[in-house]
Amino acid sequence: MSVFFEDFQIGETTVLGAYKFERAAMIAFARLYDPQPFHLDEEAAKESIYGDLVASGWHTVSAFMRCFIDTIEGQRRELAARGEAPPPVGVSPGVTDLRWRAPVRPGDTVTYSTTVVAKRAIHRPAWGLVTRHSVGVNQHGAEVVSCTSVVMTGRRPR
Amino acid sequence: MDILHFEDFAVGETIEYGATTVTADEIKEFARQFDPQVFHVDEAAALTTMTGGLIASGWHTAAMMMRMSCDHFLNRSSSQGSPGIDEISWAKPVRPGDVLSVRRTTLGARPSKSRPELGLVEFTFDVLNQVGDVVMTQRNTILFRRRTALAEAVG
Repeated sequence: MSVFFEDFQIGETTVLGAYKFERAAMIAFARLYDPQPFHLDEEAAKESIYGDLVASGWHTVSAFMRCFIDTIEGQRRELAARGEAPPPVGVSPGVTDLRWRAPVRPGDTVTYSTTVVAKRAIHRPAWGLVTRHSVGVNQHGAEVVSCTSVVMTGRRPR
Repeated sequence: MDILHFEDFAVGETIEYGATTVTADEIKEFARQFDPQVFHVDEAAALTTMTGGLIASGWHTAAMMMRMSCDHFLNRSSSQGSPGIDEISWAKPVRPGDVLSVRRTTLGARPSKSRPELGLVEFTFDVLNQVGDVVMTQRNTILFRRRTALAEAVG
């Protein structure tokens, strides 16, 4: 994946990494942030349309974020090791079309990847906006989550 | 208490609920697991970034909103989860000490075509801070079981 705004190419795809959804971590996340019965308890989940315990959708997208940031941080360390200054870290104004397409169950491993779909300059000269479409695919090849996000991305120093 | 079903959500209704105090420890704990960017995990280093100090991960704000919604109404409802989120915008930073609440507006409601026992209710959720600023807005659909379809099925 590119680092500086100037270098991103439309269509550039990067595999970000994988996250294994352990049952205990799924339940711990749900207890804190999404304590619905089908995220907490196998027996209660049998009464739901899912039929069994499923991860909170917020857990599946938070895991995407972790893989995305790990990738970026790895690149920043590589730049620093070469003596180059990495760009400042930007924030995101938002996401659209976040879709939970299939349930994530205990023991599933989701591999996340991201593709640049658009980029544009903004009035702040040190920054640009990169739009990316990201997907998570489980160990059976099924897409479980996807979203389109916009990230403020630093330009090369001039 | 009666369980809320699809039929119980009135289009056009707006309600407010929740009062979650955001702490620096929780911001950093969430971020260490899921979003370990400098402005979410390190107060001192965050001062030198574009955020000017520690702020919550946007995904943490969404998760705190979800918890308030579970506590207020989803966990006394027939919710069957959500197919996704049409839009999230993070309008303002969430900082330690902020007190967040939710303003929920019901935008629409329709029975599911493919699963007649379910209905889809579309909401916007505005997350507000203690001075009334909207810090996040989310628009999405939640699936609920239908009371009438249940009655028909029972006979």
